[in-house]
Amino acid sequence: MTAVVTAPRAARHRPAVVEMVIEHARLWALFLVVVVWVAIWAVTQGQDTLALSASAITDTHRQLQDASNWVEDAASSGSSVWVNAANNFADWINSVFEWLQHIFTVPEFPRPLPQIGWLGTIALAALVTFAVAGWRSLLLVVPSFLAFGFLGYWTDSIDLLLVTGIAVVIAAAVGIPLGLWMGHSKVVTAIVTPVLDFMQTMPSFVYLLPISILFGIGAAAAIIVTLIYATPPVVRITAHGIRTLPAGVMEATASMGQSRRQRLTKVELPLAKRTIIVGINQTMMAALSMATIAAFIDGPGLGQPVLDGLKRGQLGTSFVAGIAIVIMAIMLDRTTTAASVRSEQASRADQAHTALRRGALGAGAIGTLVALYLSHNYVWANEFPSSPDLGTPIRNKVDDFGQWLLTDVSSLTTSIETTFTEKFLNPVQSLIAESPWYVTAAAFALIAVIVGGMRAFLFTVVCLAGIYYLDLWNFAMITLTSVLVATAIVVLLAVVVGVWMGRSRVVDRIIRPFLDAGQTMPPFVFLIPIFILFGPNRFTAMVAGIIYAAPVAIKLVADGIRGVSTETVEAAESSGTNKWQMITKVQLPMSRGSLLLATNQGLLYVLSMVVIGGMAGAGALGFDIVHGFRNSSYVGRGLAAGISVVLLGIMLDRITTYGAERAQRSQDSSGRTAARWRKVLRLSPAPQGLAHG
Amino acid sequence: MRVKRTQAVLAAVAAAMALTLSACGGGSIQNAKQPAGSKDCGDLNMAVNPWVGYEANAYVVGYIAQTKLGCTVNYKDLDEQVSWKGFGNGTVDVVIENWGHPELQKKYMASKGGDGTAVDAGLTGNDGVIGWYVPPWMKDKYPDITDWHNLNKYASLFKTPESGDLGTFYDGDPGFVTNDEALVKNLNLNYKVVFTGSETALIEAFRKAEENKTPMIGYFYEPQWFLAEVPLVKVNLPKYTPGCDSDPTKVACDYPPYPLNKVVSKDFADSGSPAYTLVKNFNWNNDDQNLVAKYIAQDQMDPEEAAKKWVDANQDKVNAWLKGTGVTS
Repeated sequence: MTAVVTAPRAARHRPAVVEMVIEHARLWALFLVVVVWVAIWAVTQGQDTLALSASAITDTHRQLQDASNWVEDAASSGSSVWVNAANNFADWINSVFEWLQHIFTVPEFPRPLPQIGWLGTIALAALVTFAVAGWRSLLLVVPSFLAFGFLGYWTDSIDLLLVTGIAVVIAAAVGIPLGLWMGHSKVVTAIVTPVLDFMQTMPSFVYLLPISILFGIGAAAAIIVTLIYATPPVVRITAHGIRTLPAGVMEATASMGQSRRQRLTKVELPLAKRTIIVGINQTMMAALSMATIAAFIDGPGLGQPVLDGLKRGQLGTSFVAGIAIVIMAIMLDRTTTAASVRSEQASRADQAHTALRRGALGAGAIGTLVALYLSHNYVWANEFPSSPDLGTPIRNKVDDFGQWLLTDVSSLTTSIETTFTEKFLNPVQSLIAESPWYVTAAAFALIAVIVGGMRAFLFTVVCLAGIYYLDLWNFAMITLTSVLVATAIVVLLAVVVGVWMGRSRVVDRIIRPFLDAGQTMPPFVFLIPIFILFGPNRFTAMVAGIIYAAPVAIKLVADGIRGVSTETVEAAESSGTNKWQMITKVQLPMSRGSLLLATNQGLLYVLSMVVIGGMAGAGALGFDIVHGFRNSSYVGRGLAAGISVVLLGIMLDRITTYGAERAQRSQDSSGRTAARWRKVLRLSPAPQGLAHG
Repeated sequence: MRVKRTQAVLAAVAAAMALTLSACGGGSIQNAKQPAGSKDCGDLNMAVNPWVGYEANAYVVGYIAQTKLGCTVNYKDLDEQVSWKGFGNGTVDVVIENWGHPELQKKYMASKGGDGTAVDAGLTGNDGVIGWYVPPWMKDKYPDITDWHNLNKYASLFKTPESGDLGTFYDGDPGFVTNDEALVKNLNLNYKVVFTGSETALIEAFRKAEENKTPMIGYFYEPQWFLAEVPLVKVNLPKYTPGCDSDPTKVACDYPPYPLNKVVSKDFADSGSPAYTLVKNFNWNNDDQNLVAKYIAQDQMDPEEAAKKWVDANQDKVNAWLKGTGVTS
């Protein structure tokens, strides 16, 4: 413990410069690489940049387009077994969804209203909540449901809950067994992990079109799009839960001669239950984050009003729908968390308590039946009352706010954009994107080797080769620049705010709700105000990425700072360190693991906003992906751009992951905890994130 | 364990009761009467492409189909590519405002060599115009800016950090027809095309440019509700002559006029549904569309209410569209 504090003192015996070089050899190597890179760039700038016009299509893109057309033709001819299976699956999902819709949201002729209206729905939700998560959660769930109605989005909210519910059930049904298998087999892990990586980093816009072709337009396509992005977390976390079961317990049960099946159902599943519920929670949040994306192919739910607001230039409309999504996310997150805690407590509950609960459940069930009856038969209990109307006043206030931004603020903020872009973004982009491609590639390979070692080097070379092959090198480098610069800002914010939060519970309590909202609000909602402030350009896209990525990074740093043991802090205090020294010499170095994790997550979160950036004026890969989705002549190029994004993601993830592992070899145990979580959340751009591009 | 079993049983009972209850109708909620359609209309699957003018067409036609013909109208928020694809499998019946899209025609229209799942259902009466526009304050200050010959003279005004030494020319949604990169090159203009990537971004940028009196030039189009708020001024490019845009890399002339049309699925056209007759008859002008679009975008009305408001005030037009459906107003 004291070593940390005394180390700098020992250093004074050697010349300072030598000491610095020895202590930070890797930092100096990085510095050297950058200096040499800048020198080469200065003389070769603009050569061999592999720039491609935005409308050009190369042979590689044509091949991808042909492949995609082939799949499309196969899908519409309907002859293949696979296509039939896909159709059957889609029909099945659609019929389940429609059946649920007719109960809760959509009237079936000749009935003018759905079978069960608001009162019955809320009563059912309350009963389920009470059964799985306890009565305290009711205080969150019931007001949340009422808020959906008062905000004016009852039907859209329930539709989104239905879509999310179906997606989560399917994801759990597929994901938990797969996770169990991964937990037991290294081979399966090695095969499945890259697939999960791919599913989580591939921008959804790339597969929106093929999915809607293969599965038809409707709820089924929306649910499958959601599944692709939302299944990986439950798989990864289940596998993690199995792998980290205490070895002692496992050996003890093995010696008792249990069969594999017994061991699974009697020991492993009960012990890993809480972790698996965490996995379901993560999958649920990821599914919710797809609401707006799925709305691009008519996915039912709150994503539609968000897009309506965007298309009609109505900030307020998007915002109110966004608020409903935030409320739903927080409700689901807190309730599943409560359920996971409860799953442990239930086994320890005493007799009297159990009887009480059983009585309450019985009473609740009877109350629910009454509510269902009323809701089915009376208009007042079926149709959500139109007043009080919270939606309209909020909408108007937000519209006024947008107007104020436009008239009073926007002329000032434009200069921030211009200055930042000219003085900082453009020079960095010039270095990365306008150096000859082989120079940039060599520089990244060297950086990878210095930061992450041989494995990082290999991944980097393979990924860069892939990007080169896909013919979008220059655009990929422009995108990479924005991602790196935005991440640098995210990390800076994370350190400043995270340290502040980590050192003060009060600050933490005030800021955390804003972070939750920032993470769960669909990014499309905050696009309009950023457009008003900064106009369409790369800077705007970066701001959107920063807003989306900063909350998770800040939380990670704050938790890291808090994780530094109190003894260490007290020891340092007693040796007379002041506040600044405490932060820079003790707390930050000791939470280095969290800091690296925050960097890694920041990178992946920012990267997941590339497509939204493309809709905000950033051009480059994001634009290509939107182009491919919107214009059938560019499907091949869009696909190439999507794969390039995946390759960038894997490259950045591996460099930072292996770098973090290296840094942690000399770290204390709190660092190891972070490393463990790091493995779970690997390449998961939505660990708790809900808004996703 | 016992507690949990009780819970499960209770939940199952509740669910079963809910289903039993939902199976029997009646009570205070009265069943609806059969609407007054003379022919059976059934479902009308209306694609809703992502711009407000389109919504205006879609909801006016949909509202009439629903209230006069008794159709069940399903609005589907989709973009063009997905909508056309939906003709083939019956998930989409109507695209009610089509801006050309030769690449989709080639894929889906028999007359253009496609698979024949899409057929033309006549013009909407709306005349689409695509072109280069500047905010109105610029026309006041630089009256000759509307002639493309002067664009190079003003290029330095339009400089942004996105375009370096060149002027920035803003393009919009990548789904919309554009020749702008080729135009800039072939007309030797000192501009760089910057892709905003969405209509929202483009509209907000023009709104901001007019508000702050900052220079901006970009791609835009009419009919468009935004022009009622900020009447952008069109720049005259070299006049369009038929065929001048046949080679996309050599285009050096203005965009052609786009008479907007309706496209429907082959199955829908052959179905004999009165809704098809309505869609075929539907025809109005740019002012009509702009009015309904204004109700939706600026007055923030629900699209269905906006459609109702217009339909109630324009019975004569609606009656003309209902000819041949067997229903009169």
